[in-house]
Amino acid sequence: MKPSCVNDTPAVATPCHGSPWRQAWRRLSQNRAALASLAFVALVGVACFVLPYFLPYGYVSQDRMLGPVPPCAQHWLGTDILGRDLLARLLQGGQVSLQVGLIATLVSMCIGVAYGLVAGWYSGRAGALMMHGVDVLYALPFTLFVILLTVVFGQEIGWIYVAIGAVSWLTMARIVRNQVCVLKTQPFVEASLCLGQTPLCIMTRHLLPNLAGTIIIYATLTVPSVMLTEAFISFLGLGVKAPMTSWGLLIKEGADVMEEFPWLLFFPSCLFSATLFALNFLGDGLRDALDPRSTSTQKEIKE
Amino acid sequence: MLLFVFRRVVGAVPVLWVIATVVFFLVRFVPGGPFDHERTLPESVKAQLNAHYGLDRPLAAQYGQYLLNLLRGDLGPSYKYPGWAVNELVWERAQVSLELGFWGLLVAVGLGIPAGALAAMRPGSWLDRGLTGLATLGICVPTFVLGPLLVLAFALKLGWFHALGWGGAGDRVLPALALGLAFAAPVARLTRGSVLEVRSQDYMRTARAKGLGESRVYFVHGLRNALVPVVTYLGPAAAGLVSGSFVIESMFNIPGLGKLFVSSAFNREYTMICGTVLFYAVALLALNIAVDVLMVWLNPRARAGDK
Repeated sequence: MKPSCVNDTPAVATPCHGSPWRQAWRRLSQNRAALASLAFVALVGVACFVLPYFLPYGYVSQDRMLGPVPPCAQHWLGTDILGRDLLARLLQGGQVSLQVGLIATLVSMCIGVAYGLVAGWYSGRAGALMMHGVDVLYALPFTLFVILLTVVFGQEIGWIYVAIGAVSWLTMARIVRNQVCVLKTQPFVEASLCLGQTPLCIMTRHLLPNLAGTIIIYATLTVPSVMLTEAFISFLGLGVKAPMTSWGLLIKEGADVMEEFPWLLFFPSCLFSATLFALNFLGDGLRDALDPRSTSTQKEIKE
Repeated sequence: MLLFVFRRVVGAVPVLWVIATVVFFLVRFVPGGPFDHERTLPESVKAQLNAHYGLDRPLAAQYGQYLLNLLRGDLGPSYKYPGWAVNELVWERAQVSLELGFWGLLVAVGLGIPAGALAAMRPGSWLDRGLTGLATLGICVPTFVLGPLLVLAFALKLGWFHALGWGGAGDRVLPALALGLAFAAPVARLTRGSVLEVRSQDYMRTARAKGLGESRVYFVHGLRNALVPVVTYLGPAAAGLVSGSFVIESMFNIPGLGKLFVSSAFNREYTMICGTVLFYAVALLALNIAVDVLMVWLNPRARAGDK
């Protein structure tokens, strides 16, 4: 779906002032688009998890006498067909969508990093075979498996998180593997081997910290893509179950009645798209900050 | 070249076997069977149904029979529509989905590549900025947001097309646009980036130096080489096209394979689930092989990996 701009050069520490993380932060803080995106995502996150406590309406409290009303003073974003406050539902949906984004990303990160580490370390025939497996999996209709899993396991939210995470680790595995292949030839790895450290120890203690930047970048870029997957499943009516809601489900409900009550489609769509937009920008910004050599986006813009 | 295609096709067979096996056992290990939803069925009838379809036999025997049937190209009988074979039902629906996918791909490539190439002609111009901005926007607006908006604008407000259905030729326009635009955006971005990169290559200067016309340099020498990453992207994009078509089919009420798959998953229709998944897998693998062949044609150097 999205072009995975894979850059294989590892972020080897550059001799400069301050720790690499501090430098990265300095670079990030100079990137206004990324900072604005970070602020926006943080704002949405705080709003979704804190604001519901201060709202006079719950996300399930109905007011059937009221019915659907356009945005007004009482209901800032209007209400849906059952008279439920759209703002409250939007925030609740945001909780679910953001949780999916975080948890599924975490799951995919764990699988992808572990797989990539092992495949990169044993880069002989075993590693090649593992990566061939990934190539094969890339071509598979994964969405079908997610749908199958969510349908047969009864649409539990927790299960949806895991199912989405379990099918979105491929790119991460590929990137980590490429990095490990390069890092492996560095003197510090040889030194550790000479000192008699086990491969497991080298992977976790020495390779992982060197990979942290890359992992963070691609984890950030995974968040919007898993959120998209969740929304897609919810849109098909296979995701979270009513009265629980998510952004995908809200968009679906809005699309069903868009001719009569357009605000029900408008607000969820805007918020969802804007959040995805910000997350993508943040990911690109982090890439430029943490891995200054791969200025793919910069090149694209400046050229 | 033929050998290359042949080897790719042979390589796809074990993949299909793995998919078939995983799906076979996945659907059977979850609670609920194909006849559990019809509550009125007495136990004895249910037992007879299970016996009729061979579902009472040991799992290993079922699996063996299933693989044998697959080898003969037989996906088994449908439980939901007695008297129908899964082959017939899947093929009937698949024609619709394949057509939708074809139009979607056409929109993605037909809009994306020209837009990207146009933007790359004068980098930094207002045209470039506009197109790049649109593409960035297009990447972030998901299919299921774009689709309803298109319907709202062109079907409900302007009344140019039907909001639902799959009847005449006009009914193809909105679904194809909704499906294709989401992929046109990344295609345009990739094309632009890669054309910009190719422009600075030595062989472009050589082509100009030997006196070729600007358009010939741009399209024959530049674009052809620039298309390699775009074509590479089309492989994974095809998988996205499948999930996109699910949304489009449900949104426009199109009788495609996606709807059949979702309903069969709900009904635990074992044969139908396996049939649809395998069909999608075959279609995707075929498309990936086609992409690889196209790559070799575009860039003979890609044959290096095929020694």
